[in-house]
Amino acid sequence: MVAAAIALQPEEIPAQNASRIQAAHVRHGFDAPGGERLEVLEDVSLDIAPGEFVALLGPSGCGKSTLLRLVAGLEAADSGALTQDGALITRPDPSRIVVFQDPTLFPWRTVWDNVALGLEAQGILKQGKSRVDEALKKVGLDGFARSYPHQLSGGMAQRAALARALVNNPKLLILDEPLGKLDSLTRLEMQGELLSLWQRNGFSVLLVTHDIEEALFLAQRVIIFSPRPARIVSEIFVDRPYPRHRGDAALANLRHEVLNQLGLGKSW
Amino acid sequence: MTAAATLLRPAEAFPQAAAAPPARVAPAATAPPVKIFRFYWFGLAAVAAWALLGAVTLLFPDKPAGFVEEWPYTREFGLGALALAALWLAATVAASFRGLGKRAEFVTDLYRYSVPWLVVLGLGFTLWETLTAKTGELEPPFFAPPSSIIDAYAQHYALLADSAFNSLKLLAKGIFWGAAAGFAIGVAIGWSKRANYWIHPILRLLGPLPPTALLPIAFFFFPTSHAASVFLIALATGFPVAILTWSGVAGVNKAYYDVARTLGASEWFLIFRVAVPAALPQVFVGLFMGLGGSFVVLIVAEMMGVKSGLGWYLDWAKGYADYVNMYGALIVMTIIFSSLISLLFAVRDRVLVWQKGTVKW
Ligand SMILES: Nc1ncnc2c1ncn2[C@@H]1O[C@H](COP(=O)(O)OP(=O)(O)OP(=O)(O)O)[C@@H](O)[C@H]1O
Ligand SMILES: [Mg+2]
Repeated sequence: MVAAAIALQPEEIPAQNASRIQAAHVRHGFDAPGGERLEVLEDVSLDIAPGEFVALLGPSGCGKSTLLRLVAGLEAADSGALTQDGALITRPDPSRIVVFQDPTLFPWRTVWDNVALGLEAQGILKQGKSRVDEALKKVGLDGFARSYPHQLSGGMAQRAALARALVNNPKLLILDEPLGKLDSLTRLEMQGELLSLWQRNGFSVLLVTHDIEEALFLAQRVIIFSPRPARIVSEIFVDRPYPRHRGDAALANLRHEVLNQLGLGKSW
Repeated sequence: MTAAATLLRPAEAFPQAAAAPPARVAPAATAPPVKIFRFYWFGLAAVAAWALLGAVTLLFPDKPAGFVEEWPYTREFGLGALALAALWLAATVAASFRGLGKRAEFVTDLYRYSVPWLVVLGLGFTLWETLTAKTGELEPPFFAPPSSIIDAYAQHYALLADSAFNSLKLLAKGIFWGAAAGFAIGVAIGWSKRANYWIHPILRLLGPLPPTALLPIAFFFFPTSHAASVFLIALATGFPVAILTWSGVAGVNKAYYDVARTLGASEWFLIFRVAVPAALPQVFVGLFMGLGGSFVVLIVAEMMGVKSGLGWYLDWAKGYADYVNMYGALIVMTIIFSSLISLLFAVRDRVLVWQKGTVKW
């Protein structure tokens, strides 16, 4: 299955910069008020090949962000195993960078200092100053390096969060609706930017989105979750070469299929 | 019809609107700034109030009261008031000009801003001088004319300056140790469960106790009353700083930690680069409260045991029933404490530039 996915563009993906991420029978839940257990993930298994771009779709509150937190290593799964290149994921690591649903920039740091956060935390900022400038330029914020987060618009803050992730040269980029707050024009532009970043750097991507078109335009494979507790309902391979076209009839057909899987087929 | 009419109107108005602004803007942009003179009448109110003060002080004789035949420094006070009235007159004339340059306008704007207060102060001093020195309505030793405070300063300035210096020294030591310890304790109990287990109950039990209640015991246990006072001032400062630092650290948005951890942050980084900066606004609230508490302890400690400082000075003046001298010391105290709070706020505004919409002191 996965082999087929990579086989789509074998020459485009320099796999040494990317990680293979595997999840085997992962279950996870939270303690709900009242002493009960809220089951959120129910037996999720998936395999992301090095350099693969995988999108995750599912109803709100089904457990997508929860899975991302497990993959990031911010929480340990109740049962099941998550691995990166065969090694168990036990803690966060800068090779797996998350762009969260909220930009969560540090309000006491300028945009530049926010983007430099990862390098500073890892103690390599001195050598990496130009990387910070580059990342800011990539997301079009080089003019706002010295602004504070409260001086940014929602979309600009989200782009700053993206830049903060990119400076770290991650092997896996975990994106939780990173473009959710952007206006539709900037959103399309950023989608293109994201694709070229992925193609240039070759990292693996796990993207959560609510936007079916976005998933189909960007990803090689779309995984669809059921309502909570989340199971994988189906996987859809987007067997189209890049650069893709938004008007592509094949993508429109796939969209129909995704809607069907989400139980929204009637609205087609 | 009406729709067409309203549609037409902007089109008709447009040529006018387009022509008018350049006519007004162009000369201002090309010609050098013109000095515009418009007399600032309201400024004369401040001049009048202070001239009245000078006149009342100089022209009417003092009424003998108690031991006092004539109050000292009456002449100097009256002349000073007249000198200020002259200064306000000059400022009024200067404020009547526009286009004097940035520096001058800063001063004249400040003057315009102050005039209402200057009027009130001038009239207030006049009333004070009249009720005390001129009519004897308010009698010594509890009341004295404003000019007599000049006398108190002239007689005791060396002792007063020395007292103020000693107070500041004591206060600085106490606040430094209190703020440092309070901050460290606050971070520790906000961060570490074990520190919380051990320190929190102690804080809960002893924190609400007024440090002044410990004064007699502290004077006994510490080698010097100075050391005891430093300890108690530190206690007064440290408690609110610890509590607020703690609540600041504990209340940090957990998402900040998630972000930092995924970016490779160590525990050290999480504490000092995430928790502490996020908690700083709270720390400053703690410092503000702590400063207030430290002033109380300082003055009480100096009144009760320390043989120097402004608190001691008050007590000493009280021994002679020298109320004028006490007013003088209180004024010095007010200025010092108010300046310290202002300094704290200035530091805060510097450190927390990233915050928007904070209270201005
Ligand atoms: N820390 C937590 N404690 C308790 N319950 C939680 C916690 N985090 C998430 N949940 C619950 O887990 C479920 C899944 O949450 P999650 O954030 O993963 O949803 P999601 O699929 O990302 O939704 P959305 O698309 O709206 O972002 C929700 O019902 C939520 O209430
Ligand atoms: Mg989510």
